[in-house]
Amino acid sequence: MGFEGKVPQGDLATKWVNYRGSMPLVAPNNKRRLDVIVVGTGLAGAAAAATLGELGYNVKCFTFHDSPRRAHSIAAQGGINAAKNYQNDGDSVYRLFYDTVKGGDYRSREANVHRLAEVSVEIIDQAVAQGVPFAREYGGLLANRSFGGVQVSRTFYARGQTGQQLLIGAYQALSRQISRGSVKMYNRHEMLDLVKIDGKARGIIARNLLTGELERHAAHCVILATGGYGNVFYLSTNAMGSNVSAGWRVVKRGAYFANPCYTQIHPTCIPQSGEYQSKLTLMSESLRNDGRVWVPKTKEDAIAIREGKKTGLDIPEEARDYYLERRYPAFGNLVPRDVASRAAKIACDEGNGIVPTGKGVFLDFSSAVQRYGKSQAFSKGLKNPDAKTITELGTKVVEEKYGNLFEMYEKITGENPYVMPMKIYPAVHYTMGGLWVDYHLETNIPGLFCLGEANFSDHGANRLGASALMQGLADGYFVIPYTVGTFLSKEIRTPKFDPDGPEFMQAEADVSNRLQNLLDIQGNQSVESFHRRLGKIMWEYCGMARNEEGLIKARKMIRELREEFYKDVFIPGTQEEFNSELEKAARVADFLELGELFAVDALDRKESCGGHFREEYQTEEGEARRRDDEYAYVAAWEWTDTDQDPTLHKEELEFKDIELKTRSYK
Amino acid sequence: MSDMNLTLKVWRQKNNQSKGSLETYKILASEHMSFLEMLDVLNEQLIQEKKEPLAFEHDCREWICGACSMVINGQPHGPQRGTTTCQLHMRQFKDGDTIVVEPFRAKAFPVIKDLVVDRSAFDRIIQSGGFISVNTGQAVDGNSIPIDKDTASAAFDAATCIGCGACVAACPNASAMLFTSAKVSHLNQLPQGKLEAKQRVLNMVSQMDEEGFGLCSNVTACEAECPKEISVENIARMNREYIGASLTSDKFV
Amino acid sequence: MSWFSTFLTSSIGKKLVMSLTGLFLIVFLLVHLTGNLQLLIDDGGRQFNLYAKFMTSNPFIKITSYGLYAFILLHAVQGILLWLKNRAAKGGGYAVNNTKATNTVAGFAKNMGWLGIIILVFLLIHLYQFWLQMKLGTLPMVNYDGVEVKNLYVPVMDAFSNIGFVIFYVLSMVVIAFHLWHGFQSSFQTLGLNHKKYTPFIQFLGKAYSILIPLGFALIPILFFLRNS
Repeated sequence: MGFEGKVPQGDLATKWVNYRGSMPLVAPNNKRRLDVIVVGTGLAGAAAAATLGELGYNVKCFTFHDSPRRAHSIAAQGGINAAKNYQNDGDSVYRLFYDTVKGGDYRSREANVHRLAEVSVEIIDQAVAQGVPFAREYGGLLANRSFGGVQVSRTFYARGQTGQQLLIGAYQALSRQISRGSVKMYNRHEMLDLVKIDGKARGIIARNLLTGELERHAAHCVILATGGYGNVFYLSTNAMGSNVSAGWRVVKRGAYFANPCYTQIHPTCIPQSGEYQSKLTLMSESLRNDGRVWVPKTKEDAIAIREGKKTGLDIPEEARDYYLERRYPAFGNLVPRDVASRAAKIACDEGNGIVPTGKGVFLDFSSAVQRYGKSQAFSKGLKNPDAKTITELGTKVVEEKYGNLFEMYEKITGENPYVMPMKIYPAVHYTMGGLWVDYHLETNIPGLFCLGEANFSDHGANRLGASALMQGLADGYFVIPYTVGTFLSKEIRTPKFDPDGPEFMQAEADVSNRLQNLLDIQGNQSVESFHRRLGKIMWEYCGMARNEEGLIKARKMIRELREEFYKDVFIPGTQEEFNSELEKAARVADFLELGELFAVDALDRKESCGGHFREEYQTEEGEARRRDDEYAYVAAWEWTDTDQDPTLHKEELEFKDIELKTRSYK
Repeated sequence: MSDMNLTLKVWRQKNNQSKGSLETYKILASEHMSFLEMLDVLNEQLIQEKKEPLAFEHDCREWICGACSMVINGQPHGPQRGTTTCQLHMRQFKDGDTIVVEPFRAKAFPVIKDLVVDRSAFDRIIQSGGFISVNTGQAVDGNSIPIDKDTASAAFDAATCIGCGACVAACPNASAMLFTSAKVSHLNQLPQGKLEAKQRVLNMVSQMDEEGFGLCSNVTACEAECPKEISVENIARMNREYIGASLTSDKFV
Repeated sequence: MSWFSTFLTSSIGKKLVMSLTGLFLIVFLLVHLTGNLQLLIDDGGRQFNLYAKFMTSNPFIKITSYGLYAFILLHAVQGILLWLKNRAAKGGGYAVNNTKATNTVAGFAKNMGWLGIIILVFLLIHLYQFWLQMKLGTLPMVNYDGVEVKNLYVPVMDAFSNIGFVIFYVLSMVVIAFHLWHGFQSSFQTLGLNHKKYTPFIQFLGKAYSILIPLGFALIPILFFLRNS
């Protein structure tokens, strides 16, 4: 199997232009004869399916949801980056490229990132044309904000629901193709295996979740856009159904999985409140523009708060430790996500956490309220306003800016964040790792492509805010429609594949046996309980800080847990019906294998970079220590067998246009 | 301190063909749980007893995906205004309460199992015209279409619909007018959507009728229960546009 | 189907028919009430009987009245059909009934069908008692300045001195008030006439109308009854 990046020759800035100008094309009459399967209907999948349908391919599109519109892209809050430079503040394609590579701690492929920055501008145009109601200025032009610690305002947004609006745009484009018959939509269908014929991806086995029936679907190529695997931690900001199964099934068929250990832990989520908790809720990063993060200076105060004897309001200013402002005076509360998260962990590990579990810090808006209140009073011409008026005026400003988020916080916690400081803690949010793909977004299995969060390609070791939506849509609207043509132009003489052929029948039988084996265990523990235990191991040993001893232990514990799972899991019902527990079980079974690979990858990477922090590799000040000379590679893992070590393939990263620097936010 | 003993009466229905009924369960919950987490606890309890767990739809659990589809004490998504079931927390209830949980009811949303219903009718309404006909790559520069802030904001208000179907579930007529009108309002207000505005409203209403939803009696229960608090002004707008398009469109069908 | 029937038989078209006929009936109620209020003039029914004569003989009003009959029929028949269709579309209710509303009273809005049926029953009795008598019945004649006029005042007097009928009449007016409370503003919403500036006024007007008009109707039998007993 081939393993090369297939990056086109030439200058970085002209690679994509040249590629598009010289790639082989597929004529319209041939496009009609070619079948394409798209799995997943998030930003990347819906955009790809819609665009390929528009181009004239026969598209079959699959989602396990009841509607394409429910994909988890919908939950993205903040915004989408694009190098439009509408604000005239010096942005450019190169700057967006540079920021993304630097933000990713120099662990991404230059050419892919540059292409991402190039097409970012087209995404905004496309979304506007589809009717996405982006925020606007009074003059009617598009508004931007600064996001994620960069120095230009390049983030386009639709209140706090940018992901929803962009996904609905893509969903509508997809719906249009469905109504024209160029895309056939399969709702409530979950991909459970990949079918290969002569080494190429030629179809999938999908389970109709309503009836339990297994279906064989053939095509000339298969595109996965199945999202991230953050739920390997059980508790994350991902949706309950987000899973790695489609990606993991292709790994079992020979695809490489790259950089699984790169995990983005988002610093501002609502802390866990109890054992029953099913997921964690993100509070947008934008809150750190006005909120100040702190814990009490003394353990005594922290304990009193944890026990409910004191509240944040009882701690005087001088007894508070605004630890981000103290440690990073230049960026303060606006340091990137990985840095902010780790700092919160350190504060809590030192015993100063402020929620009963010990894992929480304050995010305080009182300074912002005072600051806004005074400026409002001044602009209203109030002389000597009293404290109450200032607070009222300031609260109103905060409400205008963050009202929705505050409301959501209050619904979840039952506490009024206008009065009490918010309580937050980091949570798993995004996974930068994923299936290894080349410049064409093609995996090492010919004819198998992977888009969006499901691939590893653009964010390196850490993703910047507002870049996930950009990547998903770039891949779906503007990259895959070209690169898939390179593959399909060689397939125009390939007749349609017979879904009753031996490879399909064998794959279906494999899936059916696998599901039946799970059902036959008939043990005593629920699927959920195994998932929860896996999550605890992952969070404890593969979370915000990792070390060799812990990772070795984690690998062993995951193996033991997996053995226990296959002995004692209980799944009610049968294959031939709507069976949510069986769906979950198949997904958790895959997480139990991915979790191990995760630990193996984290063990291998003896450096700290982005979303991977190894305690052994830190500076004297406790900051991440990258080791470019030895670890500037993509770790692409080949799964061998459940009981053996996976094989590591290294793709060395070359940085021709960027000088590698240490990130500093001091 | 925060524990609560609850009696749950939950709709159980094996599949589309079988008849369902309300089953009673006792459960110990905490006031900090979300409603769905309380149901998770119920399911864990049922699995421990080797019984079939309750089927219910849920996904993002953060007020946006629109998957949850249950009626709690007669109200879609429960008693709290502007909330989905996942954001409803048990502190909205009292210790000792009896809570009745039923699936969304409408002929056009047939029950699949327990609290899971089929809402694909909504997808078909969008497919009939809930889009702007623009292919990828055809777009002009984003700023070449200025849209005044208020219009963009009004379109956005309509576009926040999460397609959960609470409007249909709340409506005594099972009418889908709020859903359909939210999409018509979103697209027809924007300059990009104006070119197809007449045909869009005609096609979408026609598809909505075909799906077997009831008619709108302006009960406004939809607005009262909408988790995104979408206004019935959108329904008036759709009525206006539909009547106008029917009378003035050049096309006969 | 022609475009026009497609339009009128669509869900919005059907509601448009309900809305327009409803608005016509709302206007009719005002006209009817102005007529009835003439009963209160203490002239032995002269003014009222002359008015009744005018209403049954003026050709313009005659034509309008055929429209009225058609609209009443259309409003009632269509209303009942839609009500049945809507119940079928719901396919059964909830174990717990808890309908909320924002712009109206949910109980009225949900039960427009029942309220309408009660009004229809009232209307049939009402038509039989007065309208049919005027058209076909054998009312005594009365002579005003040489003009022979049917004395409709007599059956009205009879009816309004019956306590049972007065109660039935007043209760029917309450039902009409409920029906109007929802129907008035609802008909504007169906026409798409919703505006941030004017809708509050329409809603206020609707509430005032749905109280004052039925109150006006109800006062007449009550005053008659009190005067006669």
